Amino acid sequence: MASAHSSVSEPKPAILDEVDPAVLPRADLIENNRDFNWITEKICGIIEEKTPTWWWVCFVLACGVATSTVVGISYLVIGGVGVWGLANPVNWGWAIVNFVFWIGIGHAGTLISAILCLLRQKWRTSINRAAEAMTIFAVVCAAIFPVFHVGRVWFAWFLFPLPNANAIWPNFRSALLWDVFAVSTYATVSVLFWYIGLLPDLATVRDRAKTKIRQVLYGFFAMGWRGSNRHWSNYEMCYLLLAGLSTPLVLSVHTIVSFDFAISLVPGWHTTIFPPYFVAGAIFSGFGMVLTLMLPLRAIYRLEDLITQYHIDCMTKIVLATGSMVGYAYGMEFFIAAYGANDFEIFAFVNRGFGNYAWAYWIMIGCNVISPQFFWFKALRENTTFVWVVSIFVNVGMWFERFVITVTSLSRDFVPSSWGYYSPTVVDIFTYLGTFGLFSVLFLLFLRFLPLMAMAEIKMVSPQADPHHH
Amino acid sequence: MANQFGLLAKFDTPADIMHAAEKVRDAGYKQWDVITPFPIHGMDPSMGLKRSLVPRFTICGGTTGFVFGMAMIWYMNAFDYKILIGGKPLFSPIYAFPVSYELTILFSAFASIGGMFLLNKLPMHYHPVLKYEKMNEGTDDKFFLYIENDDPQFNEEKTRAFLDDLGPTEIEELER
Repeated sequence: MASAHSSVSEPKPAILDEVDPAVLPRADLIENNRDFNWITEKICGIIEEKTPTWWWVCFVLACGVATSTVVGISYLVIGGVGVWGLANPVNWGWAIVNFVFWIGIGHAGTLISAILCLLRQKWRTSINRAAEAMTIFAVVCAAIFPVFHVGRVWFAWFLFPLPNANAIWPNFRSALLWDVFAVSTYATVSVLFWYIGLLPDLATVRDRAKTKIRQVLYGFFAMGWRGSNRHWSNYEMCYLLLAGLSTPLVLSVHTIVSFDFAISLVPGWHTTIFPPYFVAGAIFSGFGMVLTLMLPLRAIYRLEDLITQYHIDCMTKIVLATGSMVGYAYGMEFFIAAYGANDFEIFAFVNRGFGNYAWAYWIMIGCNVISPQFFWFKALRENTTFVWVVSIFVNVGMWFERFVITVTSLSRDFVPSSWGYYSPTVVDIFTYLGTFGLFSVLFLLFLRFLPLMAMAEIKMVSPQADPHHH
Repeated sequence: MANQFGLLAKFDTPADIMHAAEKVRDAGYKQWDVITPFPIHGMDPSMGLKRSLVPRFTICGGTTGFVFGMAMIWYMNAFDYKILIGGKPLFSPIYAFPVSYELTILFSAFASIGGMFLLNKLPMHYHPVLKYEKMNEGTDDKFFLYIENDDPQFNEEKTRAFLDDLGPTEIEELER
């Protein structure tokens, strides 16, 4: 490739004759100089090969784990919400914790596909497809909790502004209703964005199909895509617009989720820092999950040339940055409580750190604030096993963050006579664990049937795709 | 000849197809297209394409979504069944904003995608290009350019010679 020094004819500042500006090395997004066909063969090969044994083992296991959600939810529908550990004063327990946890996980997918697209971060292309799939499956898992938390789930459609027998419309002043719109819009737009991204790759799979059934099915969903540049022109504009739309969307979704808490009067919830703090936390947890998923996939499918050390560096640095932001927010909450001089607020925060749920608070601090700090060190970022372990800590820590916020504030609110201690029941625990099974089932199906990486986009950022490349 | 859709030339690199496209554009052909496995940066001006019209759909969708959201909330909470809570106003754009905002995005997204499909005339599961046996290379690693018979300037011999001058690796006839 031509370096900056070779272009002698271009006018340049006189100072450049005296100094030698450093040529900043730009990491290769695709290692070993792979060509277009290699990328196609590699990604399509994953869904065209015979189903590997490990896939079946994982799939059966995941189905088994998912069963516990099905059983837990069925038991809840038969018995009522009382089978969960909810009791006064903690009427928002694991259900809302799990909901916020899963929604948060989803946010990294949209961040990668939308915000990094607008910021022209080319490294996103190797991970965006899988991360967007993760988003959609995480939203599916998240949706289970509020829907069944309403109690009589057959009335869950009352959440939507549909004319019902009582002729009453929903109350649009409620943040919970805003949440319904935010999350359902988020789910819909995520699926649309994902599908639009898949379109050219489905066409590739269709054109390679060896069997009639594959040709028909992939062909149907590819919508007759033929790679025409007149189409690409509109397609790219559409993709850019969707990225531009998803960016305010993803920021608004977790903002509105935080409104569920922030517009109430409960000490510890009623804070203006919640929206940005929730968004940073969501991105943090989402990247944790992306690393948890992508590192094993990279090893299993030998994708080191496409998910390079540079990609891992970028992701771990985002984890480090957002983890530190979350840490800052934890500190700032204490400061504002002290500075605000409101007794209830001060009590709520002292109680978080040193009260009845202090164990959960310190797990949260350890996992979210301390564990990502290791990513300051290059040697640790290059140790894939270590990165994976930290990503698990991040997932655990972010679950505990939501637990701390929800439960500590409710269990010790204004009136000591109404204080209580919340513990989940077996049904709570198994329903939650089962959602990991459900998530895995969906993700494994995705791996088996859809191209795991955005082939067209990876080709687009490879050096030989540049018409001026020589 | 009646069965012929056009002439197709195959190229190996993005640079080759882009230079070829520039020449076809300058020669004044109208009914032609380029098939590439990924969008090539700078291909739109090389083909003489104007800026995409998709954003017009987006703005219409977004505006509709926002107005629809505000109107729906006003109708439901302040007109059809008045819900009075804590003496607050029956309608205020402030509390109606989050939902209207989400609907703006939802409608914009649908409009953008709908607009993209409409402008691209998709879904179109049958197209002469898809019938071409080596088309799988066009979604993999090769680049194609075709000129249709319907082009006013199309002339079997001249167009073939013209395409030949562009330096393709192959020239094929496309069937209708």
